[in-house]
Amino acid sequence: MPLDPGAFLGRWEVALPGLLVAAAAMLVMLVDALGRRVEQRGLAALGILGLGAAAAAALWLWAAGGTAAGFEDTLRADRYALFFALLVCAGAGLTLLMSVEYVEEQGIAGGEYYALLLLSAAGMVFMAAANDLIVIFLALEIMSVGVYVLAGILRGDARGNEAAVKYFLLGAFASAFLLYGIAFFYGATGSTRLDTIAQAVGHGGLTPMMLVGTALLLVGFGFKVALIPFHVWTPDVYEGAPTAITAFMAVGVKAAGFAAFARVFVAALGGAAASWTGLLWVAAALTMTVGNVTAVSQTSVKRMLAYSSIAHAGYALVGLVAAPAGGSALLFYLVAYAAMNAGAFAVLIALGRRGEPHEALADLAGLGFRHPLLGLAMTVFMLSLAGIPPTAGFVGKFYLFSAAVDAGYVGLVVIGVLNSLVSVYYYAGVVVQMYMAEGARPVIPLGERPALAAAIATAAVVTVLLGVFPAGAMEVARAAFASLR
Amino acid sequence: MPLVTLMVFAPLAGAVLLGLLPREPVAGTRRAALVFALVPFVLALGVLRAFHVGEADFQLLERVAWIPAWGIEYRVGVDGISLLLVLLTAFLTPVVVLASWGDIHRYDREFYAALLVLETGMLGAFVALDLFLFYVFWELMLVPMFLLIGVWGGQRRIYATMKFVLFTLAGSLLMLVAILYGAWQVKAQTGAMSFAYDRFLALRLSPREQLWLFAAFGLAFAIKVPIFPLHTWLPDAHTEAPTGGSVILAGVLLKMGTYGFLRFAIPLFPDAARAAAPWLVVLAVIGILYGALVATVQPDWKRLVAYSSVSHLGFVVLGLFAFEPTAAVGSVYQMLNHGLSTGALFLLVGMVYERRHTREIAAYGGLWATVPRFAVCLLVAMLASVGLPGLNGFVGEFLILLGSFRTRPVAATWATSGVIFAALYLLWMYQRVAFGPVTHEENRRLTDLGARELALLVPVLGLCVVMGLYPAPFLRCAQPSVDRMLARLWAPAAVERIAAAPEAR
Repeated sequence: MPLDPGAFLGRWEVALPGLLVAAAAMLVMLVDALGRRVEQRGLAALGILGLGAAAAAALWLWAAGGTAAGFEDTLRADRYALFFALLVCAGAGLTLLMSVEYVEEQGIAGGEYYALLLLSAAGMVFMAAANDLIVIFLALEIMSVGVYVLAGILRGDARGNEAAVKYFLLGAFASAFLLYGIAFFYGATGSTRLDTIAQAVGHGGLTPMMLVGTALLLVGFGFKVALIPFHVWTPDVYEGAPTAITAFMAVGVKAAGFAAFARVFVAALGGAAASWTGLLWVAAALTMTVGNVTAVSQTSVKRMLAYSSIAHAGYALVGLVAAPAGGSALLFYLVAYAAMNAGAFAVLIALGRRGEPHEALADLAGLGFRHPLLGLAMTVFMLSLAGIPPTAGFVGKFYLFSAAVDAGYVGLVVIGVLNSLVSVYYYAGVVVQMYMAEGARPVIPLGERPALAAAIATAAVVTVLLGVFPAGAMEVARAAFASLR
Repeated sequence: MPLVTLMVFAPLAGAVLLGLLPREPVAGTRRAALVFALVPFVLALGVLRAFHVGEADFQLLERVAWIPAWGIEYRVGVDGISLLLVLLTAFLTPVVVLASWGDIHRYDREFYAALLVLETGMLGAFVALDLFLFYVFWELMLVPMFLLIGVWGGQRRIYATMKFVLFTLAGSLLMLVAILYGAWQVKAQTGAMSFAYDRFLALRLSPREQLWLFAAFGLAFAIKVPIFPLHTWLPDAHTEAPTGGSVILAGVLLKMGTYGFLRFAIPLFPDAARAAAPWLVVLAVIGILYGALVATVQPDWKRLVAYSSVSHLGFVVLGLFAFEPTAAVGSVYQMLNHGLSTGALFLLVGMVYERRHTREIAAYGGLWATVPRFAVCLLVAMLASVGLPGLNGFVGEFLILLGSFRTRPVAATWATSGVIFAALYLLWMYQRVAFGPVTHEENRRLTDLGARELALLVPVLGLCVVMGLYPAPFLRCAQPSVDRMLARLWAPAAVERIAAAPEAR
């Protein structure tokens, strides 16, 4: 089939959000290279402007109907894609905010840092918009390469180097699985386009070849969102990476991973849902349980949050098991998770200073009364992660479990709530340290780190608002998932 | 004017305002906290004024759509049962604030803020008429209580508070699953998802479904009451909590459990409640006797009062599951009584602890001679708890036993011996503490109750006397609503199902 360039580029605006983020990355790099000693926070501001422009473009496309598709239908700007574009922009924006002082204090080269972060975010936006397995793969690599480098950007830090190498090696391995799975689907259906695959699945169900492909895709996506048993990299990488990048991984990479994961499994393989929901059921139950149980015994808050991020991937997966009703719950949960988790990592950044990360549980001792606002914010994040009302985490879990009960998975919901109980133990442990233990470790006042303070405040306000008035966000999530056909 | 809503959220607003006040001077914080605690009390009196006593149904309804996609509404209202418990809550909170002036000496601002947030949770849970809203308020109580015990508690406070939280959550999370299941059943039967209380009442559930849902709700409430053998968190939590925390815990939080049975578990799942009643009655009687016996041998004064709560709440559960109107209204009355008399006992233990810093009963003796005002107050509170005629405890226990004898004679007989045990351990405690020679020199130097302490004790004890002599208005307030809750049990389920079926079409 000859390619008609005019038709191919006819709806180029579907790529606009991702392009704007990528353009911002380029601009940051250029300004950093050509500008004479530009302030690093200027670069961050440039990045935030770019993300704002991308978000505006996404809103514009949403208002325009949210059905556009371009580039031979390999890229879509449906509401699902736009939802994730907005989420990624918000998540990356929060990460930028919490990085401003961090980058300066740690002596990181701001130009590289911000440009890589934005490039990675661009990959995430494309990943959610891709309607073709190859485009998903390309976007995933764009996203991952940036994060591989960012994980080790503190070159003097041995743990950071270990994290970067480990993440890179295992990530490359998982990408190979993904690519292999794509090859199987191409072999079985003659196309990598999701709608074509969906047609093939709709006609004859999953052939053995497609079944193998499905399993391989599951491995690839499972690695990116950290499902059991593809999670072993998570604790070390999360703990070793600079905290702001850990937040970015937990918020951005996970959301983008789920975006592609859910699109492939619902839009392309939804016709054969019966043959993979059982597997996801088991993966969800295992991921929740192992993540939570392992988190209990951690003494480092950062590592605890790493295990908790595994557990939360398990909760989110419940939404995919209960798709389609659970799909919108999954989207809502990713938003809630982004806000509360980014907030928790931001508080960890606030605790540390150059060369003294202060990530142990004991470092939080007495924080609640010495720094009431910081303590209050961390309490909100912990309660939300534990799923206690009135927070976003509670509504998110309620949404997920409600959908699962409706779909008949009461057993999985019981496993889920019992896991919540386990998680309360370690999240409450943080609150215990902050309010019930004595400690006097000095913390740089938030007033001296305004950008970080803004990030924490934004995350806290969003966490509470989504918990008290979730109706609007739920409607958006519903509309977004409904566009996934 | 949305009186009920104002009353529920007034304490929360107070907590926020308190957070904005400067930490110093502490006296200002304390006075402000008292004012913020009195505001909801005044509003609760307003609710009482607007309430028509003698009607069974919910009154002063207020509703706003909250999460339309799930049919969730902010819907509140009071009936005779919740009105009394709301009044108890709003009455006890200022008392607790005043009592804590002497007990809390660090982080005052945060203490009172947590207490006020807790009050919003308690009031909200009593007036919520949407199960989602109820659950939110129910959980909202957890965090401030966790902090109250964990920050301002005694030696083993962190162990105690974690145990409290995990026990409570274990029950309530399963209740959440049951609520979800119910809401989807509402959707299956009426076409629209809803968490509204009346929609849940109209649900038609198979006996098997009822049993599972009753078990999930019942577990949450049984832990909160607590019913034997789920009571093990209570002695720890009570003993380690600061005085104010103990009073609120005993006075109001335990009532959440019995209120939950009466409001939700029994009327929503009547067939299952009937099936489970024999078991719960037996557990209640075991709780009465076990609590009393264990209380008898406690060397720790506060722990004794804590175990006496297990025993007293056993009476309430017995009265509820006797399925008899007199016993049930007696249970509601006993909820109030226990709040007042046990609350008073905790207050008094706290006051003497502030002076001596020990809770060992053996460390006291002869207080009648050294601190007469204290000894008299303790006498009244103790006798109210024993159930002496003329004081409130008698009325409640008498009604419960009277009613229970009609339907559960054997259980009632055993329970009666619990009354005797109560007399035994409480009178013995009083004898060791108040009478006899002064064995410890420190006890001679004790100062008697001051004006602030009397000011907070006299209303509580006065109410004990009033409710003992003239229970009629309280009973008249609760009886119609109690009857309405129990009426669900007597409507034969099968008949009701057939009758309701054509409407649903």
